[in-house]
Amino acid sequence: MSLVARAIEEAGIPTVIIGSGKDIVEHCGVPRLVFTDFPLGNPAGPPYDRTSQAAIAAQAIDLLETATEPRTTVNSPVLWPEGEGWRHVYNYIGPENRDALRAEGEERRARQQRDRQGLAAAEAD
Amino acid sequence: MDLNTEVGRTDPVGYMERTRRYYRALGYNNDYKWSHYVDVPFTPLKKPLAESKVVIVTTSSPPGGPKDGNRKLKEVWSGPTTNTPADLHTEYLAWDKETTHMRDRESYLPVQALHALAAEGRIGGLTERFHGVPTTYSQKQTLEQEAPHIVRLCQEDQADVAVLVPI
Repeated sequence: MSLVARAIEEAGIPTVIIGSGKDIVEHCGVPRLVFTDFPLGNPAGPPYDRTSQAAIAAQAIDLLETATEPRTTVNSPVLWPEGEGWRHVYNYIGPENRDALRAEGEERRARQQRDRQGLAAAEAD
Repeated sequence: MDLNTEVGRTDPVGYMERTRRYYRALGYNNDYKWSHYVDVPFTPLKKPLAESKVVIVTTSSPPGGPKDGNRKLKEVWSGPTTNTPADLHTEYLAWDKETTHMRDRESYLPVQALHALAAEGRIGGLTERFHGVPTTYSQKQTLEQEAPHIVRLCQEDQADVAVLVPI
């Protein structure tokens, strides 16, 4: 999405991203970012929290006006309502799931290979 | 430019490093390389926000999944900003499925929130359509096909500013 923001901006339309993957967006480099520090999935606000969602949308619109140079990031003051526990959940790796992840990867690669062979066979027909 | 003044916040999650470690744990040897640029474009506002039409861009897919015969999950698409479908397809995207859910469309597509800002006079309004650019993890495809496609759609809609919400 950062690449799309850059393309739209280059075409002369100011852009603002509302996003929770701060490092990824900033690594790419975009004109404006409202960073919402939430688990991935609800960048525009916690589900059903209309007050927070309105504040985040308003902050994004404000940033279109206040930013004077690219790579301008503002942090949303809205906090995730269910504490901080989520920070360690996504793509978690620990001693108790290492073997399972390794097995899942092997299964995934085998499936991908079968898919490729199936595709090659279909093309050969 | 840093417009932030607050201190003492928890550090944001480092998703690039976490994803690299996760895929290594799955046994993949080649790390994904995220896009990185030194130069960043910047276009100042051309007219007051109160007169500006806002276009929303999402990474979600149209409603329905493969089971419903929806085969266009990963193509650029558009949807209406009035009578917007309540439930878009997001299942295949990488989000935290253990912690949260995406049953509330406003949590990733702020149509109502932006309509409310239009009603207050803060923005001129929303374009009639929002646009979707589902994540494909192909930077080449995004740069050469999807991004120019979205630009054309925004121009057709005469959007003045764009709000992009990656999931």
